[in-house]
Amino acid sequence: MSELIQLVDAPVPEEETKRRGIVREVLLGQRVAMIGLGILIFFTFVAIFAPWLEPYSTTQQVGPVYAPPSAQHLLGLDDGGIDMLSEVIAGARVSMLVGFSAAAVAMVLGGSIGLLSGYFGNKTDIVLMRITDYFLVIPDVPLMIVAAAVFGRSLVNIILIIGLIYWTSTARLIRAQVKSVRERVYVKRARALGGGHSRLVWKHITPQVAPLLVANTVLTIAIAIFAETYISFLGLGDPSTISWGRLIQNSLTGGAVFHKAWWAIIPPGLCVTIVILAATMMGQAMEDALNPRLRVGHLSVRRFRLRPLRGRLDSE
Amino acid sequence: MRGMDYVVKRTVFALVTVFVAITLNFILFRALPGNAVTGLRCGHCTKQFRESIVKQYGLDKSKWQQYVIYIERLAHGDLGTSTSDNRPVWDDIKQPLVNTMPMVIAGTVFSIVVGIISGVVAAWRRGTAADSANLWTALAFYAMPTQWIGLLVIFYIAIPLGLPASGISSNTLGILSTPSEWSVLSDRFSHMFLPALTLGVGLYGEYSLVVRSSMLETLGEDYVLTARAKGLRNWVIVWRHALRNAMLPLVTLIALSLGSIVAGAIVVEDVFSYPGIGLATIQAIDQRDYPVLQGIFLILTLSVILANFIADLVYFKLDPRVTT
Repeated sequence: MSELIQLVDAPVPEEETKRRGIVREVLLGQRVAMIGLGILIFFTFVAIFAPWLEPYSTTQQVGPVYAPPSAQHLLGLDDGGIDMLSEVIAGARVSMLVGFSAAAVAMVLGGSIGLLSGYFGNKTDIVLMRITDYFLVIPDVPLMIVAAAVFGRSLVNIILIIGLIYWTSTARLIRAQVKSVRERVYVKRARALGGGHSRLVWKHITPQVAPLLVANTVLTIAIAIFAETYISFLGLGDPSTISWGRLIQNSLTGGAVFHKAWWAIIPPGLCVTIVILAATMMGQAMEDALNPRLRVGHLSVRRFRLRPLRGRLDSE
Repeated sequence: MRGMDYVVKRTVFALVTVFVAITLNFILFRALPGNAVTGLRCGHCTKQFRESIVKQYGLDKSKWQQYVIYIERLAHGDLGTSTSDNRPVWDDIKQPLVNTMPMVIAGTVFSIVVGIISGVVAAWRRGTAADSANLWTALAFYAMPTQWIGLLVIFYIAIPLGLPASGISSNTLGILSTPSEWSVLSDRFSHMFLPALTLGVGLYGEYSLVVRSSMLETLGEDYVLTARAKGLRNWVIVWRHALRNAMLPLVTLIALSLGSIVAGAIVVEDVFSYPGIGLATIQAIDQRDYPVLQGIFLILTLSVILANFIADLVYFKLDPRVTT
């Protein structure tokens, strides 16, 4: 029996390597996706080594309020006389942490719901997808505001709230993929040979949907960082941490506009924009390589996503 | 009669979603540890006072009874009482809602119009510099946090041009004499302009890209080729033959992006101190006024559900093939 299952298992690694090949090909082939990856790696590096990279303390005044950029302070000082460059680096740490952790929460939750729903089908599917539909309709940011206001302002809460709100599109995507994988011949054979649910799901289906799940998670990172800027901007962020969203809020409440202090306004927002662009470009390139159906415009309209991709006529 | 089935299905879905939203609203605010009383800034009030408040909000009853009472009151249009000024919640949020509506509608219409025009031009001139310029502009605006766009608008547009960037009307208007209707209206408009512009710019990128890819698809259809073979003018082909069919994904997208419209409106109002529902939200957060926050959340959720429902019906009208 185990030999037979071994035989059935055999094609899986082969297909898997083929898929990995596609991912590598796309990432290397598409300049934009590679640039996106490079930017993400750069900011992750900055986030990890933030305490060593900050040239000044982020809690001490080092000069006059809103001092313009100079050789000592490349990005000038903020409304408290704190070095902006140090704050932007410190902000990278919190924003990237929120982005990655919240995306991980969404990946686990959305992935499991998608797997269960797609694999078991029938009533499980109907119930889970209905729940997903309700979450899709309820506006995310007001829900986030309410949850953040009720649960209190800590970093862990913010990560959990964002993760628990943005799992829906992942669940739908994974469900669709699982449904098609489930019907493939090798899965049917494995089932006919007596493979249990957990074996089928873990050994045969999960490896097939995992790359797509990862691609989708990269996209969720962008959404999570975006959401964090909203929460912090509305004063619901963790008051003891500096994030890019908080820096944008500071520039408004500190009156940077009226001091003509562009150096306090531009850098944090620019960082958010660059990271979101990077994650979006990379995640979409990966997703499209793994699931060519997504390239077709009318199948690909999904929430909070866009795909500036090739239409049918682009290849002319 | 499959069409009727579809309408009935969507209606039932919308109604159930309303119910889910109400329940979620109740759970978030009542069923969790930390109720309206512990949230009340009342560090040193007496035990009796606390108890009277607990009674006033009905927090001494069982959760189930509270839930039934909550739904009963909602059915009568009673959203509760604000804890900060003791007025009915509805009175507190009515005016902000009225203020928000024109701003949000103007911003959304702006984003749709710009999105369609730029998307169509990009698709028609595909592969040219105009196409890639539009692609990158749209992407950049999509990736920018709305509140940041607002700050940039104040910094680079409002201040140099001297446009009003805060509030909903000038303080000086009507001090010396009763202003004419026209001057009140133009004052309102000038205060609404920049917030609406910010909201529109933040939203249009997504629409533009979707219109472009959807246009590219329809431009490849046989009927477009036929239209071209008939010798029709370019703009007739684009506007009459291709765009109408390319609009379908946009309807879906607008319905799906209602959440981001609401989100954008909230932060835009904060940036421009525009006294709408977003500013009311922020005040409610600052004052820990849970009943008002609860009311706002409910109103926003219900409007998104309603708008979604309308979009479903519009979609059905545009494309009777949909049945699910």
